[in-house]
Amino acid sequence: MWRWLHPYAKPEATYRLVDKLLPWFAAFTVVSLAVGMIWGLAYAPADYQQGDSYRIIYIHVPSAIFSMAAYFAMAVMGAIALIWQIKTAEWAIPAIAPVGAAMTVVALLTGAIWGKPMWGTWWVWDARLTSELILLFLYVGVMALYYAFDDVRTGAKAASILAIVGVVNLPIIHYSVEWWNTLHQGATITKFERPSIATSMLWPLLVSLLGFKLLTISLVMMRFKNELLRHELHRPWAQKELSADKELSDGV
Amino acid sequence: MNPRRKQRLTWILVLVVGVSTAIGLMLYAMSQSINLFYTPSDFVEMEQGEKTPVVGQRMRVGGMVVDGSVERNRDTLEVKFNITDTGPEITVLYQGILPDLFREGQGIVAQGELIEPRVLKASEVLAKHDEEYMPPELAEKMKGIKHVNPNNPVDDSYNSSGDGQ
Repeated sequence: MWRWLHPYAKPEATYRLVDKLLPWFAAFTVVSLAVGMIWGLAYAPADYQQGDSYRIIYIHVPSAIFSMAAYFAMAVMGAIALIWQIKTAEWAIPAIAPVGAAMTVVALLTGAIWGKPMWGTWWVWDARLTSELILLFLYVGVMALYYAFDDVRTGAKAASILAIVGVVNLPIIHYSVEWWNTLHQGATITKFERPSIATSMLWPLLVSLLGFKLLTISLVMMRFKNELLRHELHRPWAQKELSADKELSDGV
Repeated sequence: MNPRRKQRLTWILVLVVGVSTAIGLMLYAMSQSINLFYTPSDFVEMEQGEKTPVVGQRMRVGGMVVDGSVERNRDTLEVKFNITDTGPEITVLYQGILPDLFREGQGIVAQGELIEPRVLKASEVLAKHDEEYMPPELAEKMKGIKHVNPNNPVDDSYNSSGDGQ
């Protein structure tokens, strides 16, 4: 059943696939991000309570969602790396972690910028904000562990275990606003009922979500390509790839 | 799946389940400390239990601002209002600038010192907002409320009862 996946345990096959897909993802990222941002920030109607300040939702919500989604993807890669001991899965961890950490930072910063005018404070130690901050620390921890060992594979194993254990934090972030009293409001779109946002505001948000999703994937792909090349530098295919790309070979 | 992989998978599942259980129990035990604020109903519950809130205690209380309970001092920034959730009310005294979203019916969180069993002298008042977003016209049609654009609070009908700006 999973036989079609087998070639991608080979770094070269994975590199070819990512190389082929990346331009498409990059192009659709630019289009959907541009449409989502311009639509949301300039054309969507203002909110009845928050006026124009709510527009930061078009950056805050997508970055927060994909900070969590990227973490989950990283943990899945960690599990594959531990169980099947596939090297390409190990290399995906350092490719994903900084991108996810950047998304977390964006979510925390935009949240603070939104919180000051609306709530009246930059930061409050409520369950939602604190658990999202812990997510950032988990990312930092995974990166630190990965690079902490002289032997790369030992580091990858340690980082995988931390990534998998840290998954416990994801439901805590999501349900924090339901389980406890928080200053942060409940979920608007990530629930089973109808989204509690007007349709004219929902559509640009969905486009922004798509844009951030593609952005996250594209950035991870770019980093993953570099990881593949870095680990396979001594292989003929990687050397050929590098010498073919003049700019890259000048840089290295 | 070969036996070694199966064994590793089992170990990982045991690890995840174990850690989730441990953290779940921890959070459950700490739930009252994780809550950002007490609701007025929590107060009643605590008064009946052992953890009666004592005068002088610093705490955060959150609830909806009761309609018609806001009293402003014309000359200073002093303001007094009641908050409630499902019945009991707590009085909040505050001196300072309230957040833009503060209005009757709005959820707020006040942090301060309990000066009487049901009176909180707040040093900070934060506004909560709900997860609903809609354009003003829709809000008027659906909820029958004419809300104020916080970016342009001059036409705030609510201000007329207070500082009359």
